[in-house]
Amino acid sequence: MAALAFIETDEGKVKKSSLEAVSYAHATSGDVVAIVFGTVTNLDSVGAAGASKVLHVQDEKLASPNIMAYSSAIAEAMNQEGADLLVLAKSSLGDPVSARVSIKVDAALAANVSELPDTSAGYTVKKSIYTGKAFALTSLEGSKKIISIKKNAIAIKEDGGAAEVVAFSPAINDGDFTVVTTKTEKAEGDILLPEADLVVSGGRGLKGPENWGMIEELAKALGAATGCSKPVSDMDWRPHHEHVGQTGIKVSPSLYIAVGISGAIQHLAGVNSSKYILVINKDSEAPFFKAADYGVVGDAFEVVPKLTEAIKKAQG
Amino acid sequence: MPDTTSRIAFTDGNTKFDKNGVQFIIGPYDDYALARAVELKEQSGGSITALNVGEAETEPTIRKALAIGADDAVRINAFPTDALFVAKQIEAVAKEGNYDLILMGRESIDFNGGQVHSMVGELLGIPSVSPVMTLDVDGTSAKITREIEGGKEHMELPLPFVAGCQEPIAEWKIPNMRGIMSARTKPLEVKEPTGDAPNTTVNSFELPPAKGGVKLVEPDNMDELVNLLKNEAKVI
Repeated sequence: MAALAFIETDEGKVKKSSLEAVSYAHATSGDVVAIVFGTVTNLDSVGAAGASKVLHVQDEKLASPNIMAYSSAIAEAMNQEGADLLVLAKSSLGDPVSARVSIKVDAALAANVSELPDTSAGYTVKKSIYTGKAFALTSLEGSKKIISIKKNAIAIKEDGGAAEVVAFSPAINDGDFTVVTTKTEKAEGDILLPEADLVVSGGRGLKGPENWGMIEELAKALGAATGCSKPVSDMDWRPHHEHVGQTGIKVSPSLYIAVGISGAIQHLAGVNSSKYILVINKDSEAPFFKAADYGVVGDAFEVVPKLTEAIKKAQG
Repeated sequence: MPDTTSRIAFTDGNTKFDKNGVQFIIGPYDDYALARAVELKEQSGGSITALNVGEAETEPTIRKALAIGADDAVRINAFPTDALFVAKQIEAVAKEGNYDLILMGRESIDFNGGQVHSMVGELLGIPSVSPVMTLDVDGTSAKITREIEGGKEHMELPLPFVAGCQEPIAEWKIPNMRGIMSARTKPLEVKEPTGDAPNTTVNSFELPPAKGGVKLVEPDNMDELVNLLKNEAKVI
């Protein structure tokens, strides 16, 4: 079984979640070919994660993400390489691309896969559903499969070697370029929230956007991404792409730190895949404590700076 | 969809969703799509068809969509087994209706796949965009913003297209009494599904393991908290 892994980049670097996709493919299929678009600075990481070959697309028209054109290119690559499995990370690009490719190549598609498959009888995957509140054991029919994996769920094994990098020039269909991206706004240099291994989030308990400095200080000390609750993004204290919850970003970090967030069920839906949860809240009755592993009942304005200091001290 | 505050449980040896005590709603993302459709209609006219793939029990929810502002509705009489099956049903209805815009939620809140809009776009050979935060139509083209990790993209594209919607595209609408009254008599057509079989099957469900309980640390003992995070949880 040959597999293709779609590699996404951020600011020219391979995303961690894409290396998780390569590792999934490598664990289930011996031969892994990766496809990557545009300029990449750390292509060697793709080989280390298990790909033996990298198809590198350098056509200027495909340098920045284009859902329809990338889908066509990936379908063409699957056919060229005889791949019967496509693995990618679930993301704002991975979702539409995986769905469009599934129609183009007639493949069964499973999204939000959180473990390696069970292939003892057929091909069964474990999908995270109900916004992290349950799993569905789902079998995929047919000869071709597409797996979109949940972030931070598959371990990256760096047991591969150097991958052979081959130029790949897919056919360009004008019909794939009717959607024009006129501007991209992006916070540069930040750790991407959905990818982050550590997340520090603030809620209404912080009283106002001017108090976010201590959240950012704590995040900086940890190397964490920052998030927020829905009321905070609704009030424009923080941008929408930081909103964690049922209708916002779903995160699955190793550690989620919630400061001044009561823990409404809609917020918990966005964080319940975290391995560990630390809650800091002055209200000992806050429902979030029931979902937490560690808790501090206290005033965030006192606790957070002390925690930041203690972390810095432990780091030496 | 089950309401966002529902307790998720399964019956029949973990093979069926436990509907006991669960209230069914229009999916929150789909509610945004419907609300934006109503706003676009208020601005520039046209009509809105609400489409649902579901068994007869979904009709009260479809009536709510009509009360909010859809002009007519179609229910495909089938259990929505997987994303491809649902996409094929939408494709069939879209081909008959000659719609300028196909709006839906960015994802369902039960299976969270986020696939149906893009499958429909590919099946119809038209663009698909998701998750869409703003959508404005100007004649035969539209301007949208799409959320990406850490930011957003501004895009322009020709109609028709498929959009998976999310906040803040519109304010959720609450049906008023006139809407509720008129919804009773608006047309709701029931159609049988097209014959395509799904290509994924859910064999069983599982719940995540229960949390072991919270370990509380005193606010003046942050060194102990760091010690726990570092040496017990091993996450920092």
